[in-house]
Amino acid sequence: MASKVIHAIYNDDDILLHAVKQVRNEHYHIEEVYTPFPVHGLEKAMGLADTRIAITSFLYGLVGLSVAIVMMNYIMIEDWPQDIGGKPSFSYIENMPAFVPIMFEMTVFFAAHLMVITFYMRSKLWPFKKAENPDVRTTDDHFLMAVDAGHHDVEKLSKFLYDTGALEISLIENEEDH
Amino acid sequence: MYTLPNKLKLFAVIFMVVGAIGIISGFLTAPGTTAEVKEMMADHHGEDHNGHNALKEAHNDSEEAAVGTHGENAHDSEEAHLEHTLHQMQNRPWSALYIACFFFFMIALGCLAFYAIQWAAQAGWSPVLFRVMEAITAYLVPGGIIMFVLIALSGLHINHLFVWADPEVVAHDKLIQGKAGWLNSTGLLIRAAIFLGGWMLYRHFAVKFSRKSDDATDNRWFKKSFKISAAFLVFFIYTESMMSWDWIMSFDPHWFSTLFGWYVFAGMMVCAVTVIAMVTILLKSQGYLEFVNDSHIHDLAKYMFAFSIFWTYLWFSQFMLIWYANIPEEVTYFVTRIEDFKLPFFGMVAMNFVFPVLLLMNSDYKRVNWFVILTGIVILAGHYIDVYLMITPGTVGASWFIGVPELGAMSFFFGLFVFVVFMALTKAPLLIKNNPFMKESKHFHY
Repeated sequence: MASKVIHAIYNDDDILLHAVKQVRNEHYHIEEVYTPFPVHGLEKAMGLADTRIAITSFLYGLVGLSVAIVMMNYIMIEDWPQDIGGKPSFSYIENMPAFVPIMFEMTVFFAAHLMVITFYMRSKLWPFKKAENPDVRTTDDHFLMAVDAGHHDVEKLSKFLYDTGALEISLIENEEDH
Repeated sequence: MYTLPNKLKLFAVIFMVVGAIGIISGFLTAPGTTAEVKEMMADHHGEDHNGHNALKEAHNDSEEAAVGTHGENAHDSEEAHLEHTLHQMQNRPWSALYIACFFFFMIALGCLAFYAIQWAAQAGWSPVLFRVMEAITAYLVPGGIIMFVLIALSGLHINHLFVWADPEVVAHDKLIQGKAGWLNSTGLLIRAAIFLGGWMLYRHFAVKFSRKSDDATDNRWFKKSFKISAAFLVFFIYTESMMSWDWIMSFDPHWFSTLFGWYVFAGMMVCAVTVIAMVTILLKSQGYLEFVNDSHIHDLAKYMFAFSIFWTYLWFSQFMLIWYANIPEEVTYFVTRIEDFKLPFFGMVAMNFVFPVLLLMNSDYKRVNWFVILTGIVILAGHYIDVYLMITPGTVGASWFIGVPELGAMSFFFGLFVFVVFMALTKAPLLIKNNPFMKESKHFHY
């Protein structure tokens, strides 16, 4: 099934933000907005759900903390018991202060790396992937709003987008469904 | 303009009166002679002895022998021991007063530093909160004067809080003799006067410029505020550090820690930001401060969260290095605290670290006012215990207890603090005028 998308190009983030609000007010569906830099408040205006990456970060941090505890217990207490700071207690809890920096570092390490990997996977990014942005100018100084034309009247929608401040409007017809 | 509700005035006065009764009863019930101490110990330790006997039976021979010799030594110097306990018990009401006084004083001082940072950094988010901060720093003057009186009484050895102020102790103590060039009553009082004088001077001019700026038409007063704030911060970071050695670290005159000044600073900043957040939320709930939005509360809560972690970082840095190196003259500080104050010592870390970290981690919770208040109460209680643990082991030692003198002193200074702060709020409009960042601050959105 062919899908029709209208690409509207803007050259100012304030106009874009305003346009996004207007388009949503008219109940058109915005597929994606491409911007050269993060536009403050854009995700709220587009009505995107809040990111859940913070929750994964917390969970990864807990994993890292547990790994650090188990690891240090194995290395320093069980496998090769160490005399730490002249206090040969060979007990994990009594030597715990010495392990706190490691617990902290591992928590941060796991949270940071796994969070980045999660972000890549969720955004479907991997090395050598072909760029998805439809217009290279969106990496420089232009903003592109992709609006689903669907069963709307293309003429009317184009006119409406033009009134919101779009500089260029083009109709894209995709043969394959995505 | 804010008007002080009569109910709040009454509330503060009740706390002061109840607190004063507590303080006085603390002084009256302190034992005067070793005979009284003996009586008190006999009352209290009846059960303890049974416990000890049971323990002794369970011990093996060598340990029992060790306990036995220890017991004999104690018998030899029983009178000296009782005398020691007597001094500790006599110190207790003084110590309680000193801790509570310092606790509320440090809130005002931390707030003053936070306020100066906002000016010096030309922060855009906070100008709507300046009048709240100014009001909290108003406590610096009465609190500082009482603090000075207490320090003078301790430094001149009217009470026995500072061991190093006792000439008899110094005569037999090589370590304190070596530090006498710094640790002496004259020096203590001169330094305290300079510290307090400098801080009060800044507070006086900062508030004066802020009020003048309300009627001004240009940025003259704004620029002046910026300049004195930057100068004050330089003065503050040196004097705060020395203040922490003089007023707190010298309770354990043999011990030293090079990051102590930072540690005290971190604690006072957490408390100051917490109190700013609490006063702001309270005023907002009464319909004032309509220009303060969720993002301001969010930012304050972020500061509470971040400074709690900063405090823990310093607490742990100090603890771990000393624990690891295990040098007798250093480690005794923590040995005393862990042996005699186990529950408050570790409980305080949980209250000041685990609790705020878990409660304030979620971004949304930082905007829920009652959540911020609840966490703030725990943080303030935790930092009271922190200050308590910095001072009590050096003054009261093992004879500690958080009872009438401590709660009375806290209640008295709390009442005074509330009274002074809310009285100061009535002195000027709750929103400063003619600040170039005002628009940014009102529209602040994180």
